[in-house]
Amino acid sequence: MSDATRVCTDPAILDLWHPVAAVPELTAAGDTSMLLGSQIAYGTDETDGPWVHRLDADAPVAVRIDFGFLWTCFGEPPDALFDIPEAAEPDRRILNAGSIKVATSAPRAVENFLDMGHFPYVHTGILGAEPRTEVVEYRAALENNEVWAHDCQFYQPLASASAASGQMTDYTYRVPHPYCVLLYKSVPTDPSRRDVIGLFVQAMTEETIRAHNFLCMVDETTSDTGLRRFQQMIFSQDKPILENQHPKRLPLDPRIETPIRADQSAIVYRRWLTDMGVTYAVIPAA
Amino acid sequence: MTDNLQTDKLLLDADRWFPIGRADDAPFRHVLQTKLLGRELAVWRADDGFVNVWDNRCLHRGVRLTVGMNEGVELRCLYHGWRYASRDGGCTYIPAHPADAPAQTIRNRTFPAVERHGLIWTTLGDAAPAEPLPELALDDPFALRSLPFSASPALVNRHLDNADPTALFFVQPVDAHECVVHSVLAATPPAHEQISVWRHHADELTRVRDAVEAIAAGLPAPEPLVVALERIEPQEQGVPMPRARSDAELRVRVARKWSTATGVVALELDSIGDPLPAPQPGSHIDVHLPNGLVRQYSLTNRSGDAASYVIGVKLEPNSRGGSSCIHDVLREGDVVAISAPRNNFTLRRDAADTILIAGGIGLTPLLAMAETLQAGGLSYSLHAFAQSSEHLAFADRIENLGEAATTHLGRSPAETGEALDSILATPDDDAHIYICGPGPMLDAARSRAEGHGWPDSSVHFEYFRNDTEVDNSSAFTLNLARSGLTLSVGPGETILEVLRSAGVAMPSSCEQGACGTCVVGVVSGVPVHQDVYLNPTERAAGDRIATCVSRSADDNLVLDL
Repeated sequence: MSDATRVCTDPAILDLWHPVAAVPELTAAGDTSMLLGSQIAYGTDETDGPWVHRLDADAPVAVRIDFGFLWTCFGEPPDALFDIPEAAEPDRRILNAGSIKVATSAPRAVENFLDMGHFPYVHTGILGAEPRTEVVEYRAALENNEVWAHDCQFYQPLASASAASGQMTDYTYRVPHPYCVLLYKSVPTDPSRRDVIGLFVQAMTEETIRAHNFLCMVDETTSDTGLRRFQQMIFSQDKPILENQHPKRLPLDPRIETPIRADQSAIVYRRWLTDMGVTYAVIPAA
Repeated sequence: MTDNLQTDKLLLDADRWFPIGRADDAPFRHVLQTKLLGRELAVWRADDGFVNVWDNRCLHRGVRLTVGMNEGVELRCLYHGWRYASRDGGCTYIPAHPADAPAQTIRNRTFPAVERHGLIWTTLGDAAPAEPLPELALDDPFALRSLPFSASPALVNRHLDNADPTALFFVQPVDAHECVVHSVLAATPPAHEQISVWRHHADELTRVRDAVEAIAAGLPAPEPLVVALERIEPQEQGVPMPRARSDAELRVRVARKWSTATGVVALELDSIGDPLPAPQPGSHIDVHLPNGLVRQYSLTNRSGDAASYVIGVKLEPNSRGGSSCIHDVLREGDVVAISAPRNNFTLRRDAADTILIAGGIGLTPLLAMAETLQAGGLSYSLHAFAQSSEHLAFADRIENLGEAATTHLGRSPAETGEALDSILATPDDDAHIYICGPGPMLDAARSRAEGHGWPDSSVHFEYFRNDTEVDNSSAFTLNLARSGLTLSVGPGETILEVLRSAGVAMPSSCEQGACGTCVVGVVSGVPVHQDVYLNPTERAAGDRIATCVSRSADDNLVLDL
């Protein structure tokens, strides 16, 4: 694709915070990466703290730390990032579970994260198993300018690192940012609480991403390594699917691909991107 | 130079036959990934030998079909398990919605395939190529090594004269700057010489490649070809279209007619022309008989088996001319019109167990289901009730199902009841029951299932004839503001179906209220929204409606068509 390294010009995207790296990964020497088609350098300084430098503009850009990750903004920085109230609970385990480079667009990664129908086929024996393939009706809508999907349910043989057996698992999905997505999932050991798992996508270019995996768990037994491994195993099963999708940029015209009722959250998500005027990493509807 | 320009042009012309691989690149149960003129293709051979050439993209989310599974009759996408049938490319099953029959519009883009000279050939144009496939007298062709070149197809073509002329060369234009040279010998060498002959030609062609790529490296690289993303249904909305279509759209030939049981003939119907639409288990067709009558018959084909349709027809003692016409008048070789299959008796394939109960000729849809479940390795049992072994249709196919099939022959009504009691004795939340047969037997099976505690939602049935009263409460009238048409929508009919059968062209895609393709404006009336596409504001406004699933709250709905 000749425009795969196009620099983003969408105000709707530029005026947002974007993830760059997990805080423990920041070095004094600095690292380079890409964001929205621009080369960046980032790192942390003993006196001044974390920094991000936009190399094409040769200028420092705004930074903030949230949820254990470094975020930056190329445009007009909003006062705050979206909130995850659970992250403030004292007994939560907050972890970064890997920053993984994938040859796909940010919205494709978000949609895959929102999708339950692939569980039996891609996460076989873990998040789903044939023949229990049905996606029962759920509710998806825009709420306070975020995409929410409620009452999602799926049969899962091994829903999490702490699950002992198969169960119907309840999910809520939330897309608070065009390139960031969260899910809330019932905790096997404590039905009154919900684990929060997030995917914060760094759109390096329109067709390459780094997916930052975020965990905010209620789990007293599994080790950090155990929690990370579980999440990385799941993501490693999604990666080859994402890299075999064509086109890589998300088509917003509903007639380019065939959605079904199970894709209701993706339908709302695509329309939301269209309404915001997003053109970066998508193929806008004609 | 004129020659070269001519060649350049021809080599990038979609309306030509091109080789896309060696025939043995597409063995059974494999999916070959290849590319022609910038378009990625998935090539797979069904178990009956038919070679499918499709766009390499699942219609749902664009995942390459070449990472999917060739299951012999159907190709299964790796991402969500959607199944597409060989030949016609129609989607036969969407696992996320096991109770819904996939819309007929969900059909892969297919291209013709011909195997000749040891190679597979296809054409991407809409029309048949003016120039036929090269006719060469190769009785016993031997396909040599196919070699990729990083150079324009025309440049490569110009330099093939330098290769060993005892081989024939065919260029596959992969992209503007990429091609594959396939080479074939007219005759297969003796077995002991094959390896050395193969190696000789591969070495010769490699030498040509090195030279051509060196030249290409010094030339400006042409821009890659761009293949436009096609919409699933490009048709424009509301344009009137000829009425003839919908109900009798296919012409088939009676390829075989045989007696499969006392009073039951089986018909094998072959397509003349385009491939037959992919059958889903439980679907039926309308058959337009020579005497003008139209009758519906279930297909016995397992899911996706579209080589030919097979139906079973029982001679009804009080035939009003339908079954007797098939038995007495229709002959092998006759051509009849049929409708595309419709599926009102969908088989769920997500049950832990499935019980199929067939009475007499009611076997036909259940045989399709049994063979589908058998092929999918799913747990099921088939109970076939018949007057006697002579009255059991398709006995050979039932025999092939092995232990999963049980026949119940010559049972009195009381004995039938006892057998049903034993089959239905233990209700199971994870099992589903499918029943088809004569009314009294069907009623007996349903009431016994209920008596044993099976929930309604697990018991599925199909009467031969719809004898029950239809519920008209959901019927309404449709007025089309621009064309002035007045149409009535009955219960069980969708607005989309009614519009189409009235000759109004309506684009659609998913036909389950998800894609918004069939949305039209509402001039007056109150829509009952049953889609998931429109947002709450649009629903509340009531000025648009998804015609595939939504209905009218009042007796009258006026559409902007």
